[in-house]
Amino acid sequence: MKMQLIQPFISAADCVLATALEGPAKIGDLTMDQEDYRPRGYAARISIHGDIEGRIVVDMTSETALRVASALSGQQVEAADETVRETVHELANMMIGNAVTLLNDHGYQFKVLPPEQHTSDEPVQSKSDTEELAIFFDTSCGRIFLSVRMRYNLRERANRVPVPALS
Amino acid sequence: MKSFTPLTRKNDNQPVRYLVVDDSVFARKNLGRMIESFGGEVAGEAGDGCTAITEYARVKPDIVLMDVTMPQMEGIEAVERIVRQNPDARIVMVSSVGYQDNILAALQKGARHFVQKPVKPDVLYEIIRYVLNDDTANVPAAPVEVRS
Repeated sequence: MKMQLIQPFISAADCVLATALEGPAKIGDLTMDQEDYRPRGYAARISIHGDIEGRIVVDMTSETALRVASALSGQQVEAADETVRETVHELANMMIGNAVTLLNDHGYQFKVLPPEQHTSDEPVQSKSDTEELAIFFDTSCGRIFLSVRMRYNLRERANRVPVPALS
Repeated sequence: MKSFTPLTRKNDNQPVRYLVVDDSVFARKNLGRMIESFGGEVAGEAGDGCTAITEYARVKPDIVLMDVTMPQMEGIEAVERIVRQNPDARIVMVSSVGYQDNILAALQKGARHFVQKPVKPDVLYEIIRYVLNDDTANVPAAPVEVRS
């Protein structure tokens, strides 16, 4: 997976977390993996299809999710309920949406599907021909994990390359 | 949340009424808190484009905050339908996906402005002031304080 593909996701996640949680986010080390991703607690998976295809997982422990939900909703969230799930999904939407904006500005076109919830009981299945890139962000609410598994869809992109007019 | 000088309607000095459209309950609540801090009132909510159209007809809001990606009917199509029936409708798109094609499509269908998520209250406040333009007056009252 090329760095130019992953960089917009890191930049967007960093920016969204800093803005939404009103504090700086410290970016952790990048790691690569071939195994299916196993969530730590509350995870939202977002799939994209088009010139680039794959999936992104935004994941955090239940404790961090409660703190994030409390911070974003402006009120103390006590129990792991629908509010927490909604918050994780919306945070994932914002992170991915901002990354998609950056990629689209570079000419890539694709569709983003709504988030799906995953829990720690089930690994996130992905195509085996792409490797996973994982990174984490340390925020005031705790550690938030981002797992990206994507590849270029050359056929899709080639279909859209305009044919120059004959002179 | 930060306090703002309340925005009120010029004709009757009443709070500005909003229709908030987003499939995320969390996002609607979050926008609702911002609206309160602007001295406004959430007159209606919708979770998809179809409901937004019926809610617009029912509550006749002063302004609509509309998400783009939603189930059943997306925000841009809902904008087109609302504006076709209500040319004076003031709709601000609120979306995490803010690339140029998306913004242009929304503006061409009749949206007045576009703000990218995560929404900063100061930015949304200024956009609403701009979009409402002549129809609102800032009342020089004490700032509204929203308890969180």
